[in-house]
Amino acid sequence: MAPVGPMLFEQVRAELLKLLRSPIFSLFSLALPVIFYGFFGVGNADRLTNGVRGGTFLMASFAAYAVANVMLFTFGISIAVERGRRMDLLMRATPLRGWVFLLSRIVAATCFALAALLLLGVFASLTGGVRLDAGRWAGLTVKLLLGSLPFLLLGFAIGYFVSPNSAPAVVNLIGLPMYFASGIFAPLQILPEFVQKVGPYLPAYLYGQVAWDAVGARSDPLWRDLVGLAIYTVAFLVLALLAFNRQENQRFS
Amino acid sequence: MPGAVVELVRARKDYGGTRALNDVDLRIEAGQVVAVLGPNGAGKTTAINLMLGIRKLTSGTVKLFGRPPTDPVARSRCGVMLQESGVPDLLTVEDLVRLFSSYYPRHLPAAEVIRKAGLEGKAGSRFGTLSGGQQQRLYYALAICGDPEVLFLDEPTVGLDVEGRRAFLADLRQWAGAGRTIILTTHYLEEADQLAQRIVVIDRGSVIADATPAVIKSQVAGKKVVLRFRSEPPRALLDSLPATSVQVDGDSVQILSADPVAVVREVMRRGGDDVVDIDVIGADLEEAFVHLTGAARG
Repeated sequence: MAPVGPMLFEQVRAELLKLLRSPIFSLFSLALPVIFYGFFGVGNADRLTNGVRGGTFLMASFAAYAVANVMLFTFGISIAVERGRRMDLLMRATPLRGWVFLLSRIVAATCFALAALLLLGVFASLTGGVRLDAGRWAGLTVKLLLGSLPFLLLGFAIGYFVSPNSAPAVVNLIGLPMYFASGIFAPLQILPEFVQKVGPYLPAYLYGQVAWDAVGARSDPLWRDLVGLAIYTVAFLVLALLAFNRQENQRFS
Repeated sequence: MPGAVVELVRARKDYGGTRALNDVDLRIEAGQVVAVLGPNGAGKTTAINLMLGIRKLTSGTVKLFGRPPTDPVARSRCGVMLQESGVPDLLTVEDLVRLFSSYYPRHLPAAEVIRKAGLEGKAGSRFGTLSGGQQQRLYYALAICGDPEVLFLDEPTVGLDVEGRRAFLADLRQWAGAGRTIILTTHYLEEADQLAQRIVVIDRGSVIADATPAVIKSQVAGKKVVLRFRSEPPRALLDSLPATSVQVDGDSVQILSADPVAVVREVMRRGGDDVVDIDVIGADLEEAFVHLTGAARG
């Protein structure tokens, strides 16, 4: 059998090249967080928000958006598109191991999430006057990556449940309202009352708490939000497994 | 090498209520070039998918190099071209060859694979920009990049023009000449005749013939009688001849029959004066095949 190391390396390389060469994806994942920060973050940089500068608070918001969006896009849309064009068929007849394929996607998505965070971090430091010590930056990065698991799994479930043509629409229909209703794009206080009631139960709201906590914009303990994220992780894992098994039974049984 | 490359034993596959493969026994030894022939929907692709572990059997067993076909050790010895499979448009020829090579333990250098597939000068081109024929050659490159002992080719020349098909068959002949095994499905029947030493005919999920092209030709469809008349012959002249098929094309008539002597005798008795020319030749594979499946198709 072929050694797993080079196989994983080549698979990660291929996944990264695919993402880099699709301009729409690069735009959505790398440029949009920076553009949004330019719209909302820079002007509010000096207004104190939850005990930190607005520039820092909104940098954390859009960092959460950036990472969640990369996971939803890379898993939701690209799995659906590749499934629809039967790109998985030939690979299934090769000695490529399924876990190598899955891991390579996770590594590639993580690389893109890191690039998006780096870009946003640099931009926010330059334009929003964000100053965090190295430990805070590292903590924000690691916590956002670990906390993105439910979004990865939700993307995976969408990728296997939804048809290739509707996947981009579904990802955006789920994503955009969720980011708004979670206080990521705008403060919850300015949204309708029922959204304010529902918002705190959404995964992006809980995820946002992780980001704000990492930059010091929260004082009370985080455990309730972490339990919430864990519940979503289990729920989306079940959904992802159902979606995957459904496709296995349809196409490969 | 001891043992079979592929062995199907009473292999059955049902999709819902439809039986795609009906208790097929098939053993393919190393070094054979085998063509699996049949009309669309006969079960050829199902058979290949079962051999490769892409689909699961309903009952029976399938072994690839004596192992379950999903075993990476067994798959490491196989190269594969499938119908209607895809690869990412955004990757180049070289990217894809590198990627697929990494799946195999003793892969060939990428440049050699690209040259063998006739894609020199296209190494840096993205898959999405290749022509249909070039894409098909890329799939061939991906099939041979692992230096496999056996090639599985499901309708490999679909989408190729006449020249492309000829060149591709020449490549395959050369590849098989080194004592390697090829298992291909096709409905280009001349292709099987040119390439294979053994033809397995599948129809409605069952193997209905399994022999050399020569045997299939000699035993089954027999001969083709070509008659030319002074003018278009009357229908009555050609009714109820001892033939499997009668085709009229103006003043020329083609008759497929297992008993050409009886055909000629009967035609001459009914209207011999109008016959200006007679040819009796061996039926080619396509005609043999039409006869075997018991229905004139196409």
